[in-house]
Amino acid sequence: MIRLEKRKEPSKFWRIANPFLAVVLTMLAGAVMFAMLGKDPVVAIRLIFFDPIFSETFGSYSRPQLLIKSAPLILIAVGLAIGFKANIWNIGAEGQYIMGALFGAGVALAFFPAPGWYIFPLMVAAGAFGGFLWAMIPAILKTRFNTNEILVSLLLVYVAERILAAMALGLMRNPDIAGFPGSRDLRRYDAAHNAELFANTGIHWGVVAALIAVIFAYVMMTRHMLGFHVQLAGQAPRAARFAGVVPARLVVICLGISGALAGLAGMFEVSGPGGQVRIEFATGYGFTAIIVAFLGRLNPIGIVLAGLLLGLTYIGGELGQMMLQLPGAAIQVFQGMLLFFLLALDFQTNYRLRLTRGARA
Amino acid sequence: MSLKKTLTASVLGAALAVPALADTTKVGFVYIGPVGDHGWTYTHDVARLALEEELGDAIETTYVENVAYGADAERVMTQMALSGTDLIFATSFGYGPDMNTVAARFPDVKFEHATGYIQETDNVGLYNARFYEGRAVIGHIAGKMTQTNKVGYIASFPIPEVIMGINSAYLHAKAVNPDVEFNVVWAYSWYDPAQEAAAAEALIEQGADIIMQHTDSTAPLTVAQDAGIFAFGQASDMSAFAPEAHLTGITDVWAPYYIERVQAVIDGTWEAGNVWHGINEGMVGFAPMSDLIPEDIRAEAEGMIAAIAAGEYHPFTGPINRQDGTPWLAEGEVASDGDLLTMDFYVEGITSEIPN
Repeated sequence: MIRLEKRKEPSKFWRIANPFLAVVLTMLAGAVMFAMLGKDPVVAIRLIFFDPIFSETFGSYSRPQLLIKSAPLILIAVGLAIGFKANIWNIGAEGQYIMGALFGAGVALAFFPAPGWYIFPLMVAAGAFGGFLWAMIPAILKTRFNTNEILVSLLLVYVAERILAAMALGLMRNPDIAGFPGSRDLRRYDAAHNAELFANTGIHWGVVAALIAVIFAYVMMTRHMLGFHVQLAGQAPRAARFAGVVPARLVVICLGISGALAGLAGMFEVSGPGGQVRIEFATGYGFTAIIVAFLGRLNPIGIVLAGLLLGLTYIGGELGQMMLQLPGAAIQVFQGMLLFFLLALDFQTNYRLRLTRGARA
Repeated sequence: MSLKKTLTASVLGAALAVPALADTTKVGFVYIGPVGDHGWTYTHDVARLALEEELGDAIETTYVENVAYGADAERVMTQMALSGTDLIFATSFGYGPDMNTVAARFPDVKFEHATGYIQETDNVGLYNARFYEGRAVIGHIAGKMTQTNKVGYIASFPIPEVIMGINSAYLHAKAVNPDVEFNVVWAYSWYDPAQEAAAAEALIEQGADIIMQHTDSTAPLTVAQDAGIFAFGQASDMSAFAPEAHLTGITDVWAPYYIERVQAVIDGTWEAGNVWHGINEGMVGFAPMSDLIPEDIRAEAEGMIAAIAAGEYHPFTGPINRQDGTPWLAEGEVASDGDLLTMDFYVEGITSEIPN
């Protein structure tokens, strides 16, 4: 008979091993799914997980693309993870991402067509501020009126989407192209263009920012008092209060940081790979980043790996469609399965299975 | 183009160019929605399959669905070019900037952009369908058949193509029913069944007894059937989804064009063009007219289709005033293609405003 037994302490081994195991299980389950669809499972898995990096045909192009796709995920997830550790649940990073993009693009469009080295730094500041501002709404509502930040931040995503549409159709519309929504292409405005820093590497300022954020978060969580407070508030709220943690302040700080980072991600995207403010600008980075944060164990280094993996599933998913006619929904299924297997496996971090002798049924 | 960009482009092009297999022509399709939408993307995929059927072993086709505008589209098209694709069809208007960026890097690959307007290099061709011709016909049917004099219109994005469709349908409904009113709801999506269903419900609540859609899902039709009213399908024959509500619908017929263009690539005669085909060329078609439409109205509709196809009638023939009452087309004057393709105003009589 199999019996469940609660571990005295969560298993450190499984905490680290589970994400890897979840990836392997996702590959296996994916292979079964592809086989059922009548596709060669080995080829499918190879296309999704290996070809974007190692293929001779695509590798040199898609390796840099991996950075472009992963950078916003990592940047957003690092911020979210800080809050998640303190049990502060910002689910609305997508909205903060949109607002950051709008603020950043707004600065650029206000200066157009002036040259000037100061424009891009101003956009960066505006982008972070836009995301911060949008995150302050759930923060203040929570600290003042004790509303639920999960619901408020999530619903504000839909508000942000409407503002985005209004901007693309109205205020920020490119006046030079009659009738079509969407702003000027920032990639064609040198002072505002978040271009590749080195040709064909995929490294733009957003990638640099993600790296800085990861280091910053790592130092903060392991070395700084604030990191200690965050961990304490998450694990032992009562003890945290005795240690002098002010819950309201922590809510504002955590939502503020994650909002600002999501805003930055949006700004770097709209001025670089995205190129312009358009109605369909937001493609779900803010939501996928939640998977990245959890898959990375809320640890900055883990988040880098998880972000790269999720970026890989996007790019590999496209290759799978193109080369093998896998359905497009396969990417979403993959991402969903990753989180699903991880959550299921995390069970054994806290519990263990015991084989015991028992009567046969 | 700056020196840096030129260098980047040539380095990328030289380092990554892959010679295509000489014997098979590879054709790639970039879709904005899922192939199962039964609307816009579905019709392009039907045409892709027809293309395979027609040209057989001479070609190989592939597609990527749900490709977002921007960086994703640029990457998908680049990957297609890298894998030796000879001709890429990108089937949504927002792919313009991305397609032109990729086209500049891969001068040997041919590109065709549906409903686009940006043509920066000579390997980018544009094609579009005169859907407003079809809208005129279903507008006529709606004007004749509505009892409440209220027609509900589910629109996607306020771009010239959609505004043109609303104007065309309204003008022809109004011509046969001076009391007709159009209520327009903007879904801000080409394909969002839940949103489209909600829009249909809102329109029905406002009294609409006929629904038209410029979005791609079948949801509005099923809502209409449940409410016991009529509706028009979109893009493909959607009658099976709501046989008691579906009157007819404009269908998108891309196959002849795709076959012609791919054949041109095979023959080595492909050149970038810019075409706008209508009922006459067969790019705009109709789902079978339902028996729900009274016979005389069906005959009128058929007559109108024939007149448009023959070039005897243009749906935008003056006198037509703009919404604000200023004259647009004088008596007998026909709208120019340029005017239509940049249309950003409603015609006189429509009471709502274009979102801005």
